[in-house]
Amino acid sequence: MDFSNFQAPGMYPYHASSSSKQAEKSYVDHPIMGPHNSSFTLMPEAPSKHTKYPYVTGTSVLGVKYKDGVLLASDTAASYGSTVRYKSVQRLKAVGKTTALGASGEISDFQAINELLDQLITNDYMWDDGNNLGPVEIHNYLNRLMYGRRNKFDPLWNSLVLGGVKNGQQYLGVVTMIGVHYVDDHVATGFGNHLARPIFRDEWRADMTHEEAVALLEKCMLVLFYRDRSAINKFQIANVTEAGVHISEPYALQTNWSYKAFENPTAGAVGSW
Amino acid sequence: MEPMACQWTDAPHSMGTTIMAVEYNGGVILGADSRTTTGVYVANRASDKITELTDNVYLCRSGSAADSQVVSDYVRYFLNQHTILLGRLATVKTASTLVKELSYQNKSFLETGLIVAGWDKYEGGSVYGIPLGGTLLRLPFATGGSGSSYLYGFLDQAWKSNMTQEEAEALVVKSISLAIARDGASGGVVRTVTINEEGVQRKFYAGDKLPLFHEEIAPRPTPIHAN
Repeated sequence: MDFSNFQAPGMYPYHASSSSKQAEKSYVDHPIMGPHNSSFTLMPEAPSKHTKYPYVTGTSVLGVKYKDGVLLASDTAASYGSTVRYKSVQRLKAVGKTTALGASGEISDFQAINELLDQLITNDYMWDDGNNLGPVEIHNYLNRLMYGRRNKFDPLWNSLVLGGVKNGQQYLGVVTMIGVHYVDDHVATGFGNHLARPIFRDEWRADMTHEEAVALLEKCMLVLFYRDRSAINKFQIANVTEAGVHISEPYALQTNWSYKAFENPTAGAVGSW
Repeated sequence: MEPMACQWTDAPHSMGTTIMAVEYNGGVILGADSRTTTGVYVANRASDKITELTDNVYLCRSGSAADSQVVSDYVRYFLNQHTILLGRLATVKTASTLVKELSYQNKSFLETGLIVAGWDKYEGGSVYGIPLGGTLLRLPFATGGSGSSYLYGFLDQAWKSNMTQEEAEALVVKSISLAIARDGASGGVVRTVTINEEGVQRKFYAGDKLPLFHEEIAPRPTPIHAN
């Protein structure tokens, strides 16, 4: 069947064929039948989108290496400006059996990245060649993805934390929306960089047990809950070991407000804060 | 008086709006107000913001009237073909994913917050929220539009899981009424659509029959001048 003259009624604001393409019978440039990046736009020949702004956003993600693997932590909130609009959003995801991904920033872009990674992992699995994509490869893929979009002034508005274990080696890295990427023993995004990293620098050790590493993460997540207005007291931790990826059920931490100084802070200076 | 006249005659049609959908055991209830504004003028005081996508899936529209209409038109068109191809009812998930695709891939052009809700035999009732940006979230209940700001606290307290149809309907009507009471961009009547295994049922709650809240007063029973 020859689809070269196909055009869905009223679907596109522009004619599918410009004068320079009238001679061609192929549908290489056709909005539906031509190759495209599976996006589904109402304006396929419009100029590319420019730098956007995020709407529904997640806050910090933390990551640490420990003796047997890597831990990632994040809360389950997605904010809409200053409103904490959704309080049960999972911002951590398993990527194959070796890697976990955590994202802060625009949630719809994180969902799109997850779709791409699912396809990547499925394709990798179907090769059935005894190899599988590990955290190094996923990190590189995400870097190319984020940097490529940045170059088109159409970024995926996320900061990503990538943690994984392959062949006994722990891996922990970050990719940002402009394509900055690096690896380290402990990482964070957003507010976590300011509040959690200093604590990590003081207290992290390479030979921490799982319990010690969780305790360290919880200490930082509690500080973030106190001091980051977009954070809530409902967290998940992803644990990646040689055995695979496990993401915990959401849980809350005990907070402490019982300081004498909190009870009547302005007693000695009425009107102060 | 010319400058004032131009401001709202030229402003785009916007449905400030309050929309919401709630899952109950057996189906879903969708609810919305009926006010469409162009700037400060109420262009339509009896709009219908709950739009059919398929026999079993409906859409609540908020934000730009034009954007939400065109998205709903495309999705209705695609789902119509999909249903013919599939030979059975589309699922709520499929409808929601199509709405999400349009919202996400055109995020720099569109300004519309949407809620997709319906019933299918696999999941029973389901509600999907698709806010600005094109995030897709399945939720036990969803709210949207400018009026929804006034409902976060109320629903934090009043919503509970596993409601009956009557409880869910009452919650939706009360919520929309409360939002109308405070949000200038929401008003008019409350419309609800109930979708379950049996089918779809539309209800209409007239503006003068809604409950009265703080500082609102009942109308006088008859007009002062008799003739």
